[in-house]
Amino acid sequence: MGPLPFALPFAELEVGQHLYWQIGNLKIHGQVFMTSWLLIGALLALVVVGTRKMERDPRGVQNLLEFLWDYIRDLARTQIGEKAYRDWMPFIGTLFLFIFVSNWGGALVPWKLIHLPSGELGAPTADINTTVALALLVSLAYFYAGLSRKGFRYFEYYVYPTPIMLPFKIVEDFTKPLSLSFRLFGNILADELVVAVLVFLVPLILPVPVMFLGLFTSAIQALIFATLAAYYIGEAVEEHH
Amino acid sequence: MDSITTAASVVAAGLAVGLGAIGPGIGQGTAAGGAVEGIARQPEAEGKIRGTLLLSFAFMESLTIYGLVVALVLLFANPFAG
Repeated sequence: MGPLPFALPFAELEVGQHLYWQIGNLKIHGQVFMTSWLLIGALLALVVVGTRKMERDPRGVQNLLEFLWDYIRDLARTQIGEKAYRDWMPFIGTLFLFIFVSNWGGALVPWKLIHLPSGELGAPTADINTTVALALLVSLAYFYAGLSRKGFRYFEYYVYPTPIMLPFKIVEDFTKPLSLSFRLFGNILADELVVAVLVFLVPLILPVPVMFLGLFTSAIQALIFATLAAYYIGEAVEEHH
Repeated sequence: MDSITTAASVVAAGLAVGLGAIGPGIGQGTAAGGAVEGIARQPEAEGKIRGTLLLSFAFMESLTIYGLVVALVLLFANPFAG
């Protein structure tokens, strides 16, 4: 099926339509790359501006960045534990900030003003490829965390506390990235769909509270993704006695 | 896509979200009830309880979202469209 039959120019929603870029044998979704590069650029600019001319008493952007740093450190420390959290804080922080900026950037920036030949610009996290990539990164990260910290003793975790747990723990390794990616993808796409359907039914005022709800849930989803990534890493580096 | 496949896909998409919303709905009700009870007993812990509640809400909600993902696949990227 093609795009939904929406008549309003700014409420069009094209699910499953993409702007394809051909690179070698690969077909990539160009609109996702464009938005994510823009948002990554904005994030980098914010950090560069905030860390230039640092002062003892933080003000403005530096203050915001220090608040974020504190927030991410607390998140990582409660999930991973005092010993290992320092190594993983950059990873968790990057995940959190990228997902948060993607979700909000997709909702707050008026992308509809830029017209593409096919597909539409929007949150990079509303594309399943982005979220699967992030989730697989988390899988790699927790395997690496466990193996580098404990060596082959990492596999004790699979038979802890009893060997009966072995099949469940192996299945878990596959369900973790699956649920991580689907949760994020589904939530962000659902927010966009709900707003689009409401705008189609009642174009004025009524969609606004739903948009705020969407902003709220997408912030929570960024927090959940980061928290779960930290929790999985913490589970892998935890010592059993 | 022939009409039987279309009809079956649309019905299945509706059922996927509708049935998938039952369990999380009950779960969220129980969780919210527990949180209200906790706040009533210990009003000073409200901030902490609210944070945990929202986080667990999002987990429950994602179960319905899995149903929604199935529904969206059936509607927009149907593998049986042929």
